[in-house]
Amino acid sequence: MRFRWSNCILFLGYLFLYFPLICIVVYSFNESRFVASWTRFSLKWYKVLISNPIILRATLTSIKIACFSATISVILGTMAAIIITRFKRFSGKTIFIGAITAPLVMPEVIMGLSLLMLFVGMEKIFGWPARSGVCAVTIAHITLTLSYVTMLVQARLQDMDKAIEEAALDLGASPIKVFFVITLPIISPTIILGWLLAFALSLDDVVIASFVAGPGATTLPMIVFSSLRFGISPEINALATILMTVLSIGVIIFAVLTYKKKTWNKEK
Amino acid sequence: MYRIEERIIFLLTKLARKISGRNLIISIPFLWIFLFFICPCLILIQISFSESLIASPPYTSLVDWISGHVLQIRINLENYMFLFTDEMYIRGFITSILIAGTSTICCLLIGFPMAYAIARTHEKFRSILLMLVVLPFWTSFLIRVYAWIMLLSPCGFINSLLMKFHLVDVPLQLLNNSFAACIGIVYAYLPFMIFPLYNAIEKIDYALIEAAYDLGSSPITAFFSIVVPLSAPGIYAGSALVFVPAIGEFVIPELLGGVQTLTIGRLVWNEFFENMSWPTAASLSIVLLIFVVLPIVFTQRRREIEVLTKE
Repeated sequence: MRFRWSNCILFLGYLFLYFPLICIVVYSFNESRFVASWTRFSLKWYKVLISNPIILRATLTSIKIACFSATISVILGTMAAIIITRFKRFSGKTIFIGAITAPLVMPEVIMGLSLLMLFVGMEKIFGWPARSGVCAVTIAHITLTLSYVTMLVQARLQDMDKAIEEAALDLGASPIKVFFVITLPIISPTIILGWLLAFALSLDDVVIASFVAGPGATTLPMIVFSSLRFGISPEINALATILMTVLSIGVIIFAVLTYKKKTWNKEK
Repeated sequence: MYRIEERIIFLLTKLARKISGRNLIISIPFLWIFLFFICPCLILIQISFSESLIASPPYTSLVDWISGHVLQIRINLENYMFLFTDEMYIRGFITSILIAGTSTICCLLIGFPMAYAIARTHEKFRSILLMLVVLPFWTSFLIRVYAWIMLLSPCGFINSLLMKFHLVDVPLQLLNNSFAACIGIVYAYLPFMIFPLYNAIEKIDYALIEAAYDLGSSPITAFFSIVVPLSAPGIYAGSALVFVPAIGEFVIPELLGGVQTLTIGRLVWNEFFENMSWPTAASLSIVLLIFVVLPIVFTQRRREIEVLTKE
């Protein structure tokens, strides 16, 4: 293969994207605390990580919040996407679309601050949501991820062949039946992708959670963030390696499955 | 004349007809967005016009009932005046815009060649290459920032490498300055730049560039007179996608930028968590929101103009 500039650019670009991450993975197996000296391969930092009860508890809290918020946000987001693509014009539709996409560009600091002010007001009037609970964080994360899921599902619904749905409606199926029998199976890969994205976003968020969470709902990113303020710590290397492995395995499995399904459909 | 009961029944049936499945489906996400997005924003605006108070909640209410029948509305503009007279906040605005602008330009300079190279590879590889661009995006944001702490810190990877080969004697101060904050933002938001650029560049007919070569233009002229104008929509979209989140960014300047890189996001955080001044934090957020909305309106208008000229 002869030398080409474009290959050189690609190599440098991907080096920039992946080198920092590879560094984390490599140094998570370093026995020494310092990056400067590579002493020998060890799983010491993984052991330290697993025996840390604070990190374990925060991980559980985070996963719980992420699961709940991803599920609810996928349900609400699919509804919103159907409203945007399939419903006739109704008064306030433009406002609806605007409001549902706005969190995409909203700085996290503002979202966290404004939601906290709402929760403080609500707590004063209704006594709910209690700030120590995970409820407030879950609500905040649903609002954050809802717009991403809506955009994703909406794009898929627009690409989809509408004739199939119309045929089912002409043959006398109710709109609800059409949705569950026709539309849902077709868009289900997108919905799973939306769930994964919402899960990842929720597991990732530190700013909104820091504003909204009370003392009882410390999430994993909050702990990572506070330890990063003090610089390098090898436990975070180990944690990052675990998180990266889990997330990339999830994404790769998803990609392989959709790819296989596509080729399978083509063969059929 | 209807009797009262008849009227009530009439109204109720009218209402019941309105509560169809359709309206119910519309109302659920709408209510959610209204309650947890629009309401908080309104509260934020309200608090930005109130006065600071040592109480819980620490601000005065705008609307007051005085002696039962006088409605008093007090709008306090002092918070906003304060933001535009205090040097620290003005410097914060400038720092934010400079950092977001520099990172956007750097993203463009790195993203354009990459998007161009991806679009020029064989069709088989393109989807894999694009997936490789997004894959780091799926790993945690904090981890990506942490990676740069590890590379740039005084006892980090780059410095220890430089020391080992005796290129420097004292570790370089790479971390805790605006340079590090820019690198972090570029690294975190590069995929947002590459995707719109790729979409625009992929559509360019390569025959146009070959025609330019045949007519004797140099590669540089061909690039600037054909590729750049045709990929302009991608450039605008990508720049907006990087600039908008970069200007409100909190985590990256906080962890990589050091003490002196005070961006608006950090100022909001400090006002709220350290000074406990809710009204100042709220009015700062509103100003930040204006900085975010302006580039969006700009790109939106450009797109509208493009569509109109095409028609």
